[in-house]
Amino acid sequence: MDPVSRREFLIVGAAAGSGLLLGWHMADARPAAADFAPNAFIRIGTDGRITLIMNQVEMGQGTYTSMPMLLAEELEVGLEQVQLEHAPPDDKLYANPFLGDQETGASSSVRAFYEPLRRAGATARAMLVAAAAQSWQVDPASCRATKGVVLHGPTGRKLSYGVLASKAALLPVPTQVPLKDPKDWTLIGTPAKRLDARDKVNGKAQYGIDVRLPGMKIATVAASPVLGGKVAGFDEDKALAIPGVRQVVRLDDVVAVVADHMWAAKQGLAALAVRWDDGPNATVSTADVVRGLDEASQQPGVVARSQGDAAGALAGAAQRIDHVYQVPFLAHATMEPMNCTVHVRKDSCEVWTGSQTLTRAQATAARVTGLPLEKVVVHNHLLGGGFGRRLEYDYVTQAVRVGQQVEGPVKVVWTREEDMQHDFNRPYYYDRVAAGLDASGRPVAWTHRLVGPAIVARFAPPAFKNGIDPDGVDGAVHLIYDIPAIQIEYVRHEEPVLNTGFWRGVGPTHNIFVMESFVDELAAAAKADPVEYRRALLGKAPRARAVLDLAAEAAGWGRPLRTGRGRGVALLYSQWGSYLAEVAEVEVSNAGEVRVHRVVCAVDCGTMINPDIVKAQIESGINFGVSAALWGEITLKNGRVEQSNFHNYRVLRMSEAPAIEVHLVRNNEAPGGIGEPGTAVTGPALANAVFAVTGKRLRALPLERQLRG
Amino acid sequence: MVTLRINGKAHIVNVPPDMPLLWALRDVIGLTGTKFGCGMALCGACTVHLDGQPIRSCVTPVGAVGSKNVTTIEGIGATPSGKKIQQAWLDLEVVQCGYCQSGQIMSASALLASKAHPTDADIDAGMSGNICRCGTYPRIRAAIQHAARAASPAKTGG
Repeated sequence: MDPVSRREFLIVGAAAGSGLLLGWHMADARPAAADFAPNAFIRIGTDGRITLIMNQVEMGQGTYTSMPMLLAEELEVGLEQVQLEHAPPDDKLYANPFLGDQETGASSSVRAFYEPLRRAGATARAMLVAAAAQSWQVDPASCRATKGVVLHGPTGRKLSYGVLASKAALLPVPTQVPLKDPKDWTLIGTPAKRLDARDKVNGKAQYGIDVRLPGMKIATVAASPVLGGKVAGFDEDKALAIPGVRQVVRLDDVVAVVADHMWAAKQGLAALAVRWDDGPNATVSTADVVRGLDEASQQPGVVARSQGDAAGALAGAAQRIDHVYQVPFLAHATMEPMNCTVHVRKDSCEVWTGSQTLTRAQATAARVTGLPLEKVVVHNHLLGGGFGRRLEYDYVTQAVRVGQQVEGPVKVVWTREEDMQHDFNRPYYYDRVAAGLDASGRPVAWTHRLVGPAIVARFAPPAFKNGIDPDGVDGAVHLIYDIPAIQIEYVRHEEPVLNTGFWRGVGPTHNIFVMESFVDELAAAAKADPVEYRRALLGKAPRARAVLDLAAEAAGWGRPLRTGRGRGVALLYSQWGSYLAEVAEVEVSNAGEVRVHRVVCAVDCGTMINPDIVKAQIESGINFGVSAALWGEITLKNGRVEQSNFHNYRVLRMSEAPAIEVHLVRNNEAPGGIGEPGTAVTGPALANAVFAVTGKRLRALPLERQLRG
Repeated sequence: MVTLRINGKAHIVNVPPDMPLLWALRDVIGLTGTKFGCGMALCGACTVHLDGQPIRSCVTPVGAVGSKNVTTIEGIGATPSGKKIQQAWLDLEVVQCGYCQSGQIMSASALLASKAHPTDADIDAGMSGNICRCGTYPRIRAAIQHAARAASPAKTGG
C-alpha cells in the first residue's frame, strides 16, 4: 500500500499538571494544539519519567523495543528510561501514516515511524537543551544532552530533563532540528534487550484474555459453523442446569453461554446441543471454491503491470511453459484464542481486548450500541499473536452484542475450535503463469494471472483502485528479474463461503511461492543451476543479487549433500522494501514426509533498528512458513471448516524445527519491513528443495498432501 | 470445597472436582500466567508442575490434584531450575508474543530439573508438546543449553 501521507506536524504542550508533551498530527488532522493535551506520543514528567505512548501494538514483532529505541536515540536517554503505555484509540493522533488509521500491520511500523519518532526525540531534546541554556543564560551550543540530563560543558553544571520539562514546554517548537548522522548512533543498530521480555517470562504480562474485573462473568460462544447460517434452536434448560451457568444469550447467528468460569461456560455450550439452519452455503466444499476460481481464471484480468509485448514474445519464444499454481485457505491459529471483554452500560461501553486496529474496535462497539464514539473506551493489551488475525474486529463486535444482553462485565473467550473455524482465512488463490524461453533458455516473456478475492476492497476501500487489490498483487508486480516482456493480471473473484483476510506475509506469501517455484521450473527447463539461472537475471538488481550470493555461499550451495537430501532456493522482493534469499535443505521420506533440516536466509532490509529483533523475526517467519508449506490448509465440507484444533491443523513443533541461520547485510538504505518476508520466502524454498530431492514439481500447497496425493 | 497447594500457598476453592486445574487457576484463583491454548493437551500453553512433574492443566481435573504441590509460572522462579531457565530466556531473548512462553518455561524447567545436561534429543522429547506460533524454537533450544551450561559445566562436553 502506498503511504497515504508522510506530512506531520510536530506539536507540543504542557502535560496535565506539568511536564512536557510532544507528539505529531497527520496533516489535515485536528488543527488546534489546545485539543491535544490528554494525548501525546511522548510525555516527560517533572519526575524525569519518559513515557512513550505506543500506537503500534506488540504482538511479538518487537515494536515495543524498536519504537522506543528510535525515540531514545535522539532524545539522548537510555532505553531503560523509557516507559511504555498502550495508546487509546484515536486515528487523528495515532494513525500509522503508511496505512491511514491506527493500525499495526503490513510490516510497516519501523518504516512509518523511523523518521517521525527520531524527529520527535530530537525536537524534545533541543527544547530541553534550550530550557537549560535559558536557565543558565548561556548559549545552547555550549550545552549538550546525555542520559536524560543537560550539561553545560564550560562550567560542568547539569539539569535533569524532569527539572527542565515544564520550562521546555513553554518554549517555541523549533523547526528543522537536525537528526544525528547514523555514524553517531549509540542505540539504533545495537541488539538492545527487549523491553517486554521480563514480564513474559514471569507470567505477569497481560494479554486480553487475562482481564479480570469485579463481578465479571465468562462466556464462550458458538457462531454458525456455516457462513450465513442461523441459530435454529437449543436445549437451554440443559445448559442452565450446569452449576455456574448463569445465562444463555441467543443472537441470530451466535449463541453464548455466560457463566462464572470458562469450565461451566464450555460445559453449558456442549449441553445446549445447538441446532443450526445452515443457509445457502450448506453444501459448499473446497472443490466448489476451486471450480469457481478455475472458471474465473479463464478470463483476462485487470493489468497490474505491463512491460513490452508479453503476448507477442510468448508466441515467438523457442519454448513456452504454462502452469497453474494454487495455494489453500489458511488459519492464523494465534496461540491466544480470540477474546474480548466488554461492559455495556446504558450510556457507555468499555472494551478490553488485544487488537491490531484499535479505532476499528472502538467504532464497531459504537455502531453496535448506538453510542457516540467518545462513550466507548477501549483498553488494548499485549497480543498473544496477531499474524493479521487481530486486524479484524469481528470478535469485538460479537462480544459487544453478547454484552448488551448481560448485566455487568463479561469476558467472551473463544475455544480453540471456535477460533479455528471462524477465522478470516488466507484466501485460496489460483494462478496461471506462463513464460517463453529463448533458445538458450533465458526468459523472454513472463505472464502471471492471479485470481482471488480483494481483501483490500473490504478492509481499506480507498486503497482498492482501478480494480486492483494492491496487496493481492504485492510481490507479483515487483518481479525483479530482467525479463523484457512482462504482464501481470489480477482477476477479482469473491467466493463468500468463508471469510478471508490478511495472513502473515500477505500477498507475497502467495505470489512469491508461485513466482519462485516457476522460476525454478524455468531453470530446470533451461537445464541450468537454480542459483546461477536467477543470478543471470539480476544484473540490474545488485541488492537482490548480493543476498542471493550470500545465501548460496553460506548454505554451501553446490556442495554435495547426504543421499536423500536436496536444497532449494528462493528470492524475495516486494512492497516491504526488503531483499531476502533463502536456501532450504530438506529430506523426503518414501511416505512423503518432508523433514526440513536447515534453512539459511540472507537479509538486506536496509537500516536495522535492532539486528537481534530482525534476526528473531526472520527465524519466526521461517518457522511460520514451514508450518504452512508442509501442512497448512483449511478445507470446507458441507459449508463447515473441517479442521478444529492442533491435531488436524498441524503446526511446527520443536522436534521438527530446522536449524536456522540468518545472515544480515548492513547498510544505510531506508529500512524495510521484516515481520513477514521470512514467511513469504520459505514456501518456495521448500518446494524447490522437494523438487531437488524427488524431481516432483509441486504446484500446490501444502507439500506433504501433494506428495501423498 | 477443594484445597489446592499452589506455589507454596493453600487456596480453598469451591469448584466441581471435574473442573480442569487451568480454569481454577485462571478464572477462580486469578493466576493468569498459565495460559489457555487448545483445551485438549495439544499445545502445552497450560503447562504447570504437580510435585515437579509437568502436566497439562487444561485436562487435569482439580479432583486429581489432591495434596500435590502445584507450581505455576508465577512460582517457578523460586526453584533452582526455573530461575536458570527464566534467566536464560532473558539472556537469549527467546520471547516474541510471549503467550506460549509460560508453558515453554514450565516444560523447560522440568526438563532441566530432571536432566542437568539435556541433549538435543532430550530437548525434542521434553519440548515437543509445547507449540510456539512465533517459532521461537531455535532460541528455546539454545536457551535450555545455555541454562544447563550456567548450572554446571558438563563434564563430557555435552
